[in-house]
Amino acid sequence: MTFNPFTLEGKIILVTGASSGIGKATAIACSKMGASVIITGRNVERLQETFNELEGVGHNQVIAELTDEDQLTKLAEMVPPLDGIVNNAGIGSKTPISFIKKTDLQTILDVNTIVPIMLTKNLLKKKKMKRGASMVFTSSISGICSVDIGNTLYSVSKSAIDGFMKNAAKELAEKGIRVNSVNPGMVNTKINEYSSVSEEDIQRDMANYPLKRYGNPEEIAYAIIYLLSDASAWVTGTALKIDGGYSL
Amino acid sequence: MDINEFLNHFTNLFDDTDASTLTPETNFRDLDEWSSLLALSTMSMIDEEYDVQLSAEQMRKANTINELYILTQAKI
Ligand SMILES: NC(=O)c1ccc[n+]([C@@H]2O[C@H](COP(=O)([O-])OP(=O)(O)OC[C@H]3O[C@@H](n4cnc5c(N)ncnc54)[C@H](OP(=O)(O)O)[C@@H]3O)[C@@H](O)[C@H]2O)c1
Repeated sequence: MTFNPFTLEGKIILVTGASSGIGKATAIACSKMGASVIITGRNVERLQETFNELEGVGHNQVIAELTDEDQLTKLAEMVPPLDGIVNNAGIGSKTPISFIKKTDLQTILDVNTIVPIMLTKNLLKKKKMKRGASMVFTSSISGICSVDIGNTLYSVSKSAIDGFMKNAAKELAEKGIRVNSVNPGMVNTKINEYSSVSEEDIQRDMANYPLKRYGNPEEIAYAIIYLLSDASAWVTGTALKIDGGYSL
Repeated sequence: MDINEFLNHFTNLFDDTDASTLTPETNFRDLDEWSSLLALSTMSMIDEEYDVQLSAEQMRKANTINELYILTQAKI
C-alpha cells in the first residue's frame, strides 16, 4: 500500500525533550514515517537509547541544556533548514499557591515557556524554518482546558505557550509556516513520577477519564505526526486536545 | 527540629481545625478539614521548612503527625 497522507518522507525534523517520554516516542515514530530527525535532550545515556531506536539513516543527536542561552543559540545554528520542529521539552510542578517560590515560578517559565519561544525566534532569525514547515508545541490540557489543585505554575507556563502558538500561527502564515499545539491529558511518562499522588489517587483520577486510562506517549506522537505531515496543510493555530475525553 | 515545632508548622496549614485538639498521635486523615490540597501543602511545608522531599508513597502511608515527623527527621 503506498497511499499515506501522513508520510514524513524527505522531511528534516527537530525534536526537543527526545531523551524521554513523549519526545522519545515522537522521534522514533517520525523516523518510522520516513523523516530524518535531530534529537536533543540532556541525559546522554537516555538520548543515545532513543537514537538507537531510530529507523533509517541521516539522524543526529545533540546534548543541550536548553535553558542555557549559548546552548540554545548553538542548537539553532547547527541544525540544517527544517521542515518541522517539535518543541516538547518540559517540566512539571505541583505546588499549592501559598508555597509558590519566585525561583520555582522562574524555573518552570524558563523551561516550558521561554525556551520554546526563544528557540522559535532563533530558528526564524537564522532562516532555519523552510516555507511549508510545521511547528508543534507540546502544551497540555492544563491551562486552556482544565485546572487542578496545585497546578497553577504548570498551567500558567502552558497557557502562555498556547497564547504564543496562536499568535505565531497568524504571524508566520505569510511565510507558509504552520504553528499548532498538542494538548495532552495525563500520559504515562516520568514527568508525573515526582508528584505527590498515591496509587489510589491515580486510580481515582483515571476514573475521571471517559476512556478510563491515561494516555501512552505514542498516542501523542501520532497526533504530532499529523501536525508535522502535509495531511494537516490547512491546519494552523489549532490546539489539538488528546485527553481520553477528560475535559468533556 | 523537634516535634512541637513540627506540630506547629503542621497545624498552621489548617484554617478551621482547633489547633489545641491536634497532638503528635492525631490521625490527620480523620480530620474534617483534611483534603488533597492539605496533603500537597503538608509536603510543601516539609520541603520549605526542612528541605526534605517526602515521596508520594511515604505521604500515602503516614497517618499520624508523629509518623510524618519521624520520616522527615530520617531524611534531614
Ligand atoms: N506526561 C504528561 O502527563 C503530559 C501531559 C501534558 C503535557 N505534557 C508535556 O509533554 C512534554 C514532554 O513531557 P514528558 O511527559 O514526555 O516528560 P519526560 O518524560 O519527563 O520528558 C521531558 C523531556 O524534556 C527534557 N528537558 C526537560 N528540561 C530540559 C531542559 N532544561 N533542557 C533540555 N531538555 C529538557 C528532558 O530531558 P532529560 O530527561 O534528558 O533531562 C526530557 O527529554 C512536556 O512539555 C510536558 O509538559 C506531558
